Amino acid sequence: MIEFTLWDILRNLLLATRWTILLSLVSFVGGGIVGLVVMFMRISANKAVATAARAYIELFQGTPLLMQLFLAFFGLALLGMTVPAWLAAGLALILWTASFLAEIWRGCVEAIAKGQWEASASLGMGRIQQLRYVILPQALRIAIPPTVGFSVQVVKGTALTSIIGFVELTKAGTAVTNATFQPFTVYGLVALIYFALCWPLSRTSQVLERKLNVAHHNH
Amino acid sequence: MSLITITEVKKRFGDNEVLKGINLDVDKGEVIAIIGKSGSGKSTLLRCVNGLETINDGSISVAGAQLLPGEAALKALRLKIGMIFQSFNLFPHLSAGRNVMLSQMVVKKTPKPQAEEMARRMLDRVGLLHKFDAYPDELSGGQQQRVAIARALAMEPLGLLCDEITSALDPELVNEVLAVVKELASEGMTLLMVTHEMRFARDVCDRVVFMHEGRVHEIGAPDTVFSNPQTPELKQFLGML
Amino acid sequence: MGYQLNFGWLPQYLPVLIDGIGVTIYLMAVGAVLGCLLGTVCAWTRALGPNWARPVVVAYVELIRNTPFMIQLFFIFFGLPSLGVQMSELEAATLAMIVNLGAYSCEIIRAGIQATPRGQFEAGASLAMTPFETFYHVVLIPALQRIWPALSSQIVIVMLGSAVVSQIAAQDLSYAANFIQSRNFRAFETYIVSTLIYLVLSILLRQVLAGIGWALFPKRKAAR
Ligand SMILES: Nc1ncnc2c1ncn2[C@@H]1O[C@H](COP(=O)(O)OP(=O)(O)OP(=O)(O)O)[C@@H](O)[C@H]1O
Ligand SMILES: [Mg+2]
Repeated sequence: MIEFTLWDILRNLLLATRWTILLSLVSFVGGGIVGLVVMFMRISANKAVATAARAYIELFQGTPLLMQLFLAFFGLALLGMTVPAWLAAGLALILWTASFLAEIWRGCVEAIAKGQWEASASLGMGRIQQLRYVILPQALRIAIPPTVGFSVQVVKGTALTSIIGFVELTKAGTAVTNATFQPFTVYGLVALIYFALCWPLSRTSQVLERKLNVAHHNH
Repeated sequence: MSLITITEVKKRFGDNEVLKGINLDVDKGEVIAIIGKSGSGKSTLLRCVNGLETINDGSISVAGAQLLPGEAALKALRLKIGMIFQSFNLFPHLSAGRNVMLSQMVVKKTPKPQAEEMARRMLDRVGLLHKFDAYPDELSGGQQQRVAIARALAMEPLGLLCDEITSALDPELVNEVLAVVKELASEGMTLLMVTHEMRFARDVCDRVVFMHEGRVHEIGAPDTVFSNPQTPELKQFLGML
Repeated sequence: MGYQLNFGWLPQYLPVLIDGIGVTIYLMAVGAVLGCLLGTVCAWTRALGPNWARPVVVAYVELIRNTPFMIQLFFIFFGLPSLGVQMSELEAATLAMIVNLGAYSCEIIRAGIQATPRGQFEAGASLAMTPFETFYHVVLIPALQRIWPALSSQIVIVMLGSAVVSQIAAQDLSYAANFIQSRNFRAFETYIVSTLIYLVLSILLRQVLAGIGWALFPKRKAAR
């Protein structure tokens, strides 16, 4: 039997962490783009469009990410493709992320006081101009802390993709456990690596939030 | 024998010495008004007597219960003396009746029927028996403050500390609260109250304490204090009104 | 594109699904109740408890909130036995749910406690209540009322997250789905059905939580 040193274990885990990071980035950026579209649909004056966006958000926030991953995996397969795990993983995570970011950002847009809408309307701006020049610049400021905060959920969400066979940190953890029979050490290390990825994001979000609150109070 | 004994009490917040050696004895049944400029330490003194602030020096005792750190000593002290706050501080999730019952049941372990009976009596005393089931946000400020008085009375304290209990009220509601306090005074309740109602202080109080920069600057019967102030500070304070 | 969706297998496997739903509801109910209880204790400790205990709670909360639920689950189920702590799949899943929700609800409830006006603590104290009695009888209910919507959302998120307990073979709804699709070879349809069941469960759960809030907080306006 081969002896695994702690360093062997750690090195294998760290190598797999690259994929966790890459998938997180792709999901976050992709989810942000889709989420922006959904958010604009959600605040649209057109009832049908807004309802569709709401249904999308309800659906993705009201069902487990794991089920969404399975549906992406097996659903894509039905289209006759052999589906690589990364594709299903990326697709499901992007759609899932989009639903949360859309809702977070909608909250930010709606937090802008009604007076701002009215003032800009009274200056003769159309809805698009109001958004572009008055509402969004203000919403952006308050959107940053919760958006950074949600990125933590995305990183943690990538762990589920191991279940459909994408080899990232969690999957590597399982593989290394099976080879070393040291679940305590291995999963402990996996947890610490996730912590090292997520904690700085959590802290940043908290610090930004506090700064924003202070800035608000000084007004 | 005095009920409340305050001896050489000093209190600092950081470098800011707010009470600089306060001496005051309050007899049983006495009604005392504390007046003075904003920031002179009136609230702080009252809060110290109730154990809401710790003191840096000196001693406070109420009917033999000393102000000492520790839950048991604080409880003994607070059972002897109640406090009414400027902002009422009713418990928003409990009806008026429940507000009055809670501490009896929790602190004194009074059985519920007796606590309820007491609550009804006390609410009746402040003229609010019909509001037994009303929640605080359904009551006017004056009514809330009267419930707060009933709540404190239900603990059967020997004295009450009142910190500007009418300052948060609309002018037309002030009198209903003062009437209750006057009634208490006439029944022999010991009262130590910070107030800006000079007329009331003059009519109801036995003694008036003028605090200035953390000290008892002048003390005496209302007539003397209001009509014949000795120090320029008190003269200025009264002239300002 | 000749694929026809086929749900003909559904009646035959309905009992399996129902068993799975039962376990998911059990996990959710026990996890929510004990998790919120743990969260309340931790929130009290962080906001008002003894100084030495606060860093312990902070460490627990940060550790849980910054690691995936699945890793917590694996650590409990696969890792702890090497310390001599053996658990069944269901016990491990339940414990993981409690520990996970405990950390999230701690943060949420703490925010509710900290929004309590100082006068409420002082009123309790002036009535001779101990700090704990004041917390329990005076502060807690309005604090919970303030954060009930946030807490409800978190409970729903944790319920949906429970789907991964099938990975340690706890026999919840997702386990049932995995089992069925390995027999009927209709993976897509099976997961559509189980996903819809989760959707219904999360909608029902929201209703139940709203009802609990309604019963728990007789007075709907909390003090600010
Ligand atoms: N918790 C505290 N921390 C620091 N300083 C305090 C605190 N409480 C009171 N002070 C300071 O103590 C001084 C006296 O305050 P206090 O509230 O006793 O005055 P007051 O006589 O009641 O005034 P007012 O008429 O405005 O109520 C003030 O300078 C105040 O800033
Ligand atoms: Mg004051």
